[in-house]
Amino acid sequence: MEKYLLQMEHVDKSFPGVRALSDVTLNVRYGSVHALLGENGAGKSTLMKCLFGIYHMDAGRVIFDGEEVQIKSSLDALRQGISMVHQELNQVKTTRIVDNIWLGRFPRKGLFVDEKQMVERTREIFSDLGIDLDPKLKTEKLTVSQAQMVEIAKAVSYDSKLIVMDEPTSSLSQKEVDQLFVIIRRLQEKNVSVIYISHKLDEIKEIADEVTILRDGEWITTQGIDELSTAEMINLMVGRSLDNRFPEITHTRGDVIMQVEGLTAQDPTSIKDVSFDLYRGEILGVAGLVGAKRTDLLECLFGERTVKSGTITMDGQVIENHSPAEAIKHKFALVTEERRATGIFGDLSIRFNATISNLGSYLQRFLLNDRAITKSTAWVIDAMRVKTPTQRTKIKALSGGNQQKVIIGRWLLTEPDIFLMDEPTRGIDVGAKYEIYQLMMNLAKDGKAVMMVSSELPEIIGVADRILVMSNGRLAGILDGEIATQEEILRLSALYL
Amino acid sequence: MNLLRKLQRKQVEEINRPGKRGIVQFLMDYVIYLVLFILFIVIVAINPAFLSWGNFGNILQQSSTRIIFALGVGGIIVAKGTDLSLGRQVGLAAVISASLLQNVGYTYRMYPNLPQLPVILPILLVMLVTMLVSMVNGFVVAKLKVDAFIATLGMMIIAYGLTSIYFDRPPLGASPIGSLDPRFTILATGRLNLGFIRIPYIIIIAAVTVVLLWIIWNKTRFGKNIFAVGGNLEAARVSGVNVTRTLITVFALAGLLYGMGGALEAARVGSATNNTGNGYELDAISACIVGGLSFNGGIGSISGIVTGVLIFQVIAYGLNFISVTPYLQNVIKGLIIIIAVAIDSQKYATKK
Repeated sequence: MEKYLLQMEHVDKSFPGVRALSDVTLNVRYGSVHALLGENGAGKSTLMKCLFGIYHMDAGRVIFDGEEVQIKSSLDALRQGISMVHQELNQVKTTRIVDNIWLGRFPRKGLFVDEKQMVERTREIFSDLGIDLDPKLKTEKLTVSQAQMVEIAKAVSYDSKLIVMDEPTSSLSQKEVDQLFVIIRRLQEKNVSVIYISHKLDEIKEIADEVTILRDGEWITTQGIDELSTAEMINLMVGRSLDNRFPEITHTRGDVIMQVEGLTAQDPTSIKDVSFDLYRGEILGVAGLVGAKRTDLLECLFGERTVKSGTITMDGQVIENHSPAEAIKHKFALVTEERRATGIFGDLSIRFNATISNLGSYLQRFLLNDRAITKSTAWVIDAMRVKTPTQRTKIKALSGGNQQKVIIGRWLLTEPDIFLMDEPTRGIDVGAKYEIYQLMMNLAKDGKAVMMVSSELPEIIGVADRILVMSNGRLAGILDGEIATQEEILRLSALYL
Repeated sequence: MNLLRKLQRKQVEEINRPGKRGIVQFLMDYVIYLVLFILFIVIVAINPAFLSWGNFGNILQQSSTRIIFALGVGGIIVAKGTDLSLGRQVGLAAVISASLLQNVGYTYRMYPNLPQLPVILPILLVMLVTMLVSMVNGFVVAKLKVDAFIATLGMMIIAYGLTSIYFDRPPLGASPIGSLDPRFTILATGRLNLGFIRIPYIIIIAAVTVVLLWIIWNKTRFGKNIFAVGGNLEAARVSGVNVTRTLITVFALAGLLYGMGGALEAARVGSATNNTGNGYELDAISACIVGGLSFNGGIGSISGIVTGVLIFQVIAYGLNFISVTPYLQNVIKGLIIIIAVAIDSQKYATKK
């Protein structure tokens, strides 16, 4: 038997003006978890798109399960036994789990769909993988992690031999990540191989057997996971040494800027009785499992979510934020978690995206001053080091990291005192992450207060001065960032479960 | 450091790519204009007399009220809505303004005892009426969260009912409201004499409206907010945009324009019935779409709307000129709309 399930050899792919892949090779062994690493723009997605026939390779060949194959579409790939679990899950939300899994190939009995067989086979796959879900549940009721498990089950139902997972843990809590890893191990036992794309090196260390690193569209190395340390992997990815993943802390804590007392949301399933103080010149991390209502906390502060009781005191004065507009007036800013859904205006220019929250300050009588808008946008591009050819470029043409910088720049223009950030580094490459950490620290140094929700524990421990841990809508405790450990955070996270 | 710079340059190049993709992209952007240009050439080839200043003037004059309507619904489309009640609101405005501005000497007036009113008064009144009607639309869409298609479909029927109740009642019954005050009709039929050229007032009114709307769309906070709400409603809210107020205002502005255009329409035709304006919403929406506005919201420009209306009017006038039957004209117009949107969709599909 062949050693490799998948061999992609000497793959070249160019776009007009850019060589996206040059002579890239990827060999995945049978039943192994193969991590694919690289900064954004390194060519990971392009390589996968070539594998799935979405892009046509300029040169190179694909050998799958011992045979050279020509894959023309993702459906084609699926038939060959290659499937993908996407970063953003494509499911028909309004139908049930079984309908999603068997979509497009419902088992039939005569003219009708064989409901019984469909459910039965789904159950088998679920129990095989250790997934505890009712196949008849509506998809919209699933959490991100459950929806992802369903996707994996779907891949298995196609008898896939290779499953590509693109950033599978970007919105999972630690517990859910562990669950996912159990499922991946089961897949391995069934001799299914996994290509695992992620920016989270700690996870890669834990789950992967081998790693291939790409940089600038070129193959850098393929090695056993134990042969490389995290630091070495980063060096190989960025081509320079990032000795420290987090900037050095130079800010110091000032006076209390905001006191929150007994904050309770109108929605009974949301946050209850949360009290804490926020200081100038500090970064307050907000940790917790998915479902701990960390986002809800930020939304209550920002007027996005209706507050039932509790008080917010800012600089000694009780304030109420009934809408984001009011919160902005009170010098709050919020960088949301779902960049595409609630952050950017994709079809509109960087200029528009950068200045939309600050239009009031460009008004002269009733008209907007174009020159002032140009100046502000230039400042955002400069200060945030946004890589863009012009101010008029549509924001969706930028990479995730650059989009995020524009959004942060948008809020910097409003000169906020309290900066709320929800998963600010999600789906962003290592280099851009570092820049965003640095920026948060600069804000703290300027005497602003930053609240950062993050699911990445190393990040929260590395960046936050104090860590507020949420559990099931309640405050479970506040830890000192310097001495906090992952274990302690996890223990508190589970406090009210 | 060198490598970083290289990386940076590469990313910039990548970003530049869509713009530099060249001819294909360019054709995609302008193919609808190309199609229409060919149609134009065909018309001219069949009857070269089409190319005359007289025709040109007629087309502009006929486009005037249509531009005003399209500008109204255009804002709503940019905000990711639509307005099916446009035509019936125009009818409402036309009937009310006509009924208040009949010749004082005319025997069969709707209000026989009404003194002669200053022309501007009824016009302002109907603008107020349609603004309120449209604000109800805005409220239903923004506050009650009813889809704009449904909300304005309902309003279309309601407005027709209201217009008919107002129009068809004793002693005159359902006869057209005619014999309008010449001070009123001159707004639509008269011309400003500049010596060397005589410009119809209605074109001047439309031009001023275009300029005003351009300023509102591009130079005011409200204008930017329309694009924000249409482009990404959630992001707009988080960015501090008052979504409800923006939506209601964009409808209100549309209502003002329908009212003004409706009065001018009565003046242009010289009479009004409860069927005045019927179907105008489809012409206006079609013109917006051909002019590059997207039903997905957040995309569009004033110049696009004006171009869209003019193109439609040139084609309609031209087809008439070469004696194409109205039935076939409808077929051609329908095709143009579908082609325009199909091209637009391809543009976005290929970007994926």
